[in-house]
This record gives sequence, structure tokens and C-alpha cells, in this order.
Amino acid sequence: MTAPLLDVEDLHVAFATRRGTVEALRGVSFAVPAGGVLGIVGESGSGKSVASLAVMGLLDRAGAVTAGRIRFDGQDITRAGGRELRRLRGAALSMIFQNPRAALNPIRAVGAQIADVLRAHRPLSSAEAKARAVALLEAVRIRDAARRAAALPHELSGGMCQRVMIAMAMACEPRLIIADEPTTGLDVTTQKAVMDLLSGLVRERGMALVLITHDLGLAAQYCDAVTVMEAGRVVESAPPARLFGAPREAYTRRLVAACPTPTSTIAGLTPDAPPLPPAAPAPPLPPGAPLLLEVQNLSKRYPDGTVAVDDVSFAMRPGESLGLVGESGSGKSTISRLVTRLIDPTGGEVIFEGETIGAVPARDFHRAPQRSRVQIVFQDAGESLNPRFSAFDSIADPLRRLAGVRDRTSLHQAVEEAADGVGLPRALLDRYPHQLSGGQRARVGIARAISVRPRLLVLDEPTAALDVSVQAVVLQLLERLRREKGLAYLFVSHDLNVVRMLCDRLIVLRQGRIVEEGESDRIFRAPAAEYTAQLIAAIPHFRPEHALA
Amino acid sequence: MSAAPLAASPGRPSILRHAAWVLRGNPVTAAALAGTALLVLVALLAPWLAPYDPVATNVANAMRPPSAAHWFGTDQLGRDILSRLIHGTRLDLAIAASAVSLSFVVGAVIGAFCGYHGGRLDHAVGRFVDVLMAFPLFVLAMAMVAALGNQVQNIVFATAVINLPFYIRFARTEVAVRRQAGWVEAARASGNGGSRIVLGFLLPNILPNVAVQISLNLGWAILNAAGLSFLGLGVTAPTPEWGIMVAEGARFITAGNWWLVAFPGLALMLAVLCFNLLGDGLRDILDPRMRT
Repeated sequence: MTAPLLDVEDLHVAFATRRGTVEALRGVSFAVPAGGVLGIVGESGSGKSVASLAVMGLLDRAGAVTAGRIRFDGQDITRAGGRELRRLRGAALSMIFQNPRAALNPIRAVGAQIADVLRAHRPLSSAEAKARAVALLEAVRIRDAARRAAALPHELSGGMCQRVMIAMAMACEPRLIIADEPTTGLDVTTQKAVMDLLSGLVRERGMALVLITHDLGLAAQYCDAVTVMEAGRVVESAPPARLFGAPREAYTRRLVAACPTPTSTIAGLTPDAPPLPPAAPAPPLPPGAPLLLEVQNLSKRYPDGTVAVDDVSFAMRPGESLGLVGESGSGKSTISRLVTRLIDPTGGEVIFEGETIGAVPARDFHRAPQRSRVQIVFQDAGESLNPRFSAFDSIADPLRRLAGVRDRTSLHQAVEEAADGVGLPRALLDRYPHQLSGGQRARVGIARAISVRPRLLVLDEPTAALDVSVQAVVLQLLERLRREKGLAYLFVSHDLNVVRMLCDRLIVLRQGRIVEEGESDRIFRAPAAEYTAQLIAAIPHFRPEHALA
Repeated sequence: MSAAPLAASPGRPSILRHAAWVLRGNPVTAAALAGTALLVLVALLAPWLAPYDPVATNVANAMRPPSAAHWFGTDQLGRDILSRLIHGTRLDLAIAASAVSLSFVVGAVIGAFCGYHGGRLDHAVGRFVDVLMAFPLFVLAMAMVAALGNQVQNIVFATAVINLPFYIRFARTEVAVRRQAGWVEAARASGNGGSRIVLGFLLPNILPNVAVQISLNLGWAILNAAGLSFLGLGVTAPTPEWGIMVAEGARFITAGNWWLVAFPGLALMLAVLCFNLLGDGLRDILDPRMRT
């Protein structure tokens, strides 16, 4: 048995903070053989990024390796100096970062940036380096590479920028590439293209890859071995089939269960949670009663000519949950804001409970009687909470404004009731957003929206910024609220697996137009549009039953 | 970020403890804060601190250099310079503080509304600010005091007006970058109208950044008030005021009587320095997100 290419043994990393030392890694070991692909999965705070930075010698000044060893190709690099590491970085070890746009120099042509990396490590003339850069861009399947080499990062799409980063990482034919969340923030179809490319190139050239991700499906699909981390420790390491098929540790089991698959149900995501209340049968719509929401030929054009939403029509019954699915640029967020009347449409009608609300300008809609009946939960719970408001203030705000609750006792009572409803401990009500965890912030956002008893709740990617285990809990909460209160949901998401669980009906959007509409199950089983089929195929997932076979 | 501190337990340390932490890592701010506190104390306690009456003349004892009886010496009319300096702190600080508060309140509100609503109002205010800034600001202040009369409230008013453009522009930019923030949209969904969003949501959020501007402007406003008095357009003699003291003393400096100018000059320099250094530290103390 040959020694592994990268061998990390009992690594401890500590950060000096104002509250004393914080141990980010407490004895982490993993190894990657030459040509192997290791996945490191974990939720935020698990220390997976710290591990990769420690290997690259890129820990910031506050962080230090306090114990353990990192060996690369038999050589101890734990405390390698700057010069030694610089020689290794790029040439033998290289890294791909999460946000490609931030990692690229915005005012230098991408081809030139690749050439810079080449010339830093090899004696090449500038013409040779340029030619190699174009060849590398071709290798990452960038069409018309010679012309694109002269492009600046902002002229390329997110997926293209990540391809450029991959080309840069591979420029000096390193023996190991560390990819830290390389596809987070990319659309699923782009993610699939980028990951297929990366894993193909790595195999073709015999490089080793460490893939750091929060996405279990991605790790299962592309790795030979997977290490699960939690709170600075390794929980379990095994080949993906065994790890996801028959997880041994309780944490891994929970994580695997929380990960939405094409067959999972909301109750199945959180096996330990109390069972959901039975769904109340939808009351039959009395004849003549208006629909909850009717959207007719809605469109939104911006003055610069972009068409965000183009002639979209759909309808919702009371208590129904409808999913809007699409990739970035599909117009799904714009539709959610048009329906919530936060922005004005340029054409079409929004009819809520039989009354046209599209005609009231968005700036005056806060006075409309429908304001409290249509509420919204935003994508990034942290960003949608006023940094200067405590959780209490945030939930109390709509109660004061829309429900007219003024006196202290009834306000306290109403806020606490809303907090109880979303499972937010009352003790947290006087905290500020930055003192709450992601899941707690999401609960505050939901409590704020439901505190005024809306009839339609627009959910704009409410779980996109959350860890899977937190997502599972929040989805469970949303489902419980829907069943208890008979709320109607307009659920906007890019994640088909999540939408399918929560919604009876789906609308698939692309570039502002409706591609397909129908029952969730039917769309998943037999997508009518080719684009829908592509979307479904691009979702990374693991199938325990297949993996074990 | 996976590197989030694991052991950090959220809590709410008091602002005082937080301030102490910021100051410990930042001795320059601590010194500036101490200097500012000293100035404010001196201003508040002036009648009790000053050893002599600041306007009592004693021609027999004129032009005496610093001594044990008169630490900073006496001026051409035999008045005690230290006592005049102490009383001058009061007037100069009061003028600067009220002028800056006035321009802050008016400027931040106007700027915030412009930044939030944009459109025609924003354009009109923007051009007005451009015009205002095209004037040499000190000359503008001189003209205003000359036109309105040599009274303290007119000095305050003139100083406030020439500071106004900075607050309008600053608040406008700060609000414009936050206008699209998720929490502003959420505030609208919660039923808040435009004015309430500007005053109740956006202004408190830009306050820490504006506070830095306030601190920098205080120094400038003191110089401005002293400058007006120096030119004879501000407070008039025999009121103890730093600018007048420098102006009067300047006539005797060629005769070698340096103390008449040096001490009020030093006081001015110290005050401006303190306010300028205070700025950055203030932002760190006021921002709740720094208070983890």
C-alpha cells in the first residue's frame, strides 16, 4: 500500500478571538490517495473550510495549527514557511473557491490571469503562456476560447467564471485540487455541467480532488470517499454507498434523513420531530366565491429593456400550495414581489379574493386592506431583518402597523403567540439578528409574516440560505403551519425536491415565461417540457437503494 | 462560513463593556475620548474652575508672562488668560455642538428622504447642494454673519448651513445603498409607509456611519467659529472666545508676547485633534454588529 498523497492526522486549529481561543478543529484526520476524490461534508461551523485552508497554509493571522500533522507526498508541510508553500501552491496544490467572481481580479482579462499563474511557476514567454491559457480555456469547454480569453470577469456568467477558476487551478497541473463549495450559488444545470467537467478532468489527468460541500447529494455523486464533519471533528468516513446507505453515526443518519431526495416526504426529513397534524381537507369552494389569487398576463419590463416577467398567468384556490420553480433569471422572485405588491407590474392584473390589487401603486399598498392578507417570507432571513430591531421588534412591527395592536400587554401577548407558533423560544425575543442562528432568524421571519394572519403567504426561497438539517426543520414548520392555519403558499424555489414536498401543483419558469404547469407528482414522473426534464436530471442526489445494489 | 467561532455564546454585553473593549485595542481613540471628556468637563465647570473673572481688567498687571499666580500669563488689559481660555471652551464648544447637531438633523433627514425616494426631489436637492458647495464655504459663512449680524445664533446658523451639504450627501448615499435591502422590503410588507421606513428603519441604521462624520465636523465647526471671530465677524470682545483671543494676541506677538496667542491656539489645536481622532473609534462603539 502506497502512502496517501495528502495525509492529515489529528489536526487541531485554534483561532484567537476576543472571547479567548476558539477551537475550530479538534483532531481531524483524513487522507486522499493520488488520483482519489474525497468529499468533506458538513454544515456551517463544522470546520470543513478551516481544514482546507490549513492544508493550503491560508489560515488568517488569528488562526494557528496547534497540534497534528499535514503531510503532502510524504513531506511534512504543517509548519512550512511562506516560500515553501508558495512553491507548492499552484504547482502541486491548488484551490478553487466558492465565489468565482470574487476570486478573480475584476479588471484583468481572464486569459491574462491564467497566464499569470503559469508564469509564476514556469519559465514561459508571454506568448507561450497566452497560448497555454487559451488551451486551458478550451479544456474547460469554454467555446470560442481565444476570444473569451480577452474577456473581463464581469462579461462572463457565473458558471463560466467558475470554469475559468478551474482552468486556473489546473494550469500548472497540480497533483491535488481543493474545491471549497465550487458550485454553491450556481444553478443546478450549471452546477451539473461544472461538476461533470471538474471530475472528468481530474480523472483524465490523474489528479486528486478534495471536494468540500454542504450538499450530500453532490458528494455522493462525485466522490470515492466521504468524510462527515461536525463541530470540528470527523464524525464518520466511508465510501458514499456505505455512508449514505447505512450510516453508522446518529449525526450522519440525521443529516442523510434531512437531505431532500426525489422520494422523501416532509415528515421523513425530521424523523425525531413530533408528527404533523393531519391535513384538514380543503373546504370545497362555494360556487360563486372568488379564487384566492388570480394572476392574468402579468409582465414586468424594466426601462433598460430587460423583461423579467413575460405574460404569466396562473390562479390559486384558498389553502392551496403552489410552487414556482426556476433558475436564476427565470423571474420567480420578481413574480413573488409583484404578487406581494412590493413592485409595480408593467402589464397584466393581480386579483386577490376577487379584487384587483395590481392597480394600487406599490408605494401606497401599505395602506391597502389586502396588505395584511398577503405576506411574504424572504430568502435570506438574516438580510431581511432590520439589524437594529430585536426579534421582538421585528415581529411586533406588522402587528402595530397592520393589526393596530398598540397597548403593551396585547402586543406582548400577540408576539409571544407568534413566536410560540414557529417554535422560537421566548427568551430569544430580545436578541438582535446577529445574535441568532440561521434557523432562529428564519423563524423570526416566518413569525413576522404570519403574525397578522395572512391568507396567502409568499415564500421566496425561505430555506435557500440554511443548512439541510435546519432546512428540514423549517420545512416541517411550514407544513405544520399550513395544515393548522389553512394558509395558502406560493412557494418560490430553485430546488425541485423541496418544492415537490410542500406543493401540490408546480409551475416551471424559464426566462420570465411559464414552461410547464401541473401536478407535482406528474411533473416529476413525466415532465412534458424538455427543460423540466433537464432540471430534474441535474439535481445531484444519492439513492441509497441504488448505491447499495 | 464554516470558520464561525464554535464556542461563541450569543449574549448582550453592555455598551460600556463593549466600548471598553474597543478602547483597549485602540489607545489613540481612548486618548481622544479622554481629551474630549476633559474639554466637555472644563466647559461645564468653567465658572468653578477659572481662577479669575475672565473679563475683569487690571491694567497695572497687563502683559505679564506665565507665572505662579497667572499660569498662562495676562493679556494687554491684565485679564487672566487661563480663565479666559476656560470660559472660551464653553462658548466654542456650544457653538460647534449646536451647529453640528442642527446640520446633522436637517441634513440627515433631507438626505435620507432623497436617497430613499430618488426622482425629482433627489435631483432638485442634489443640484442645490452642488450650488452650495460651489461657494467657498467660509466666505459664505462670513457673508451670512455679515448680513444677519454678529450674534451667537447667527454664527451657529452659518456654521450649520455650510456643513449641511456633507450630511445631505452622506445620508443620501448611505440610504441609497440600503434602499433595496431585504429588511426594507420586509418593512414595506409589514405595512410601513415611506416616511416611517426612512425615519424608523433607515436613519437608525446609518447613524453609526454618520456619527463619524459628526465627530470630524465638530473639529471643523470649532475652527470655523473661531475663524469668524478672528476676522471680527463672530462673537465680539470682551467675550472670552478662542478666536478673539488669538486675534487680539496676534497684535502683540512681534513684541515677543507669545503667550497671548500660543495658549488659545494650542487649545484650538487640541480640540480639533481630539474630535478628528475620535471619529473612527466612535463608529466601532456605536455599531451593534461589532458588539458580539
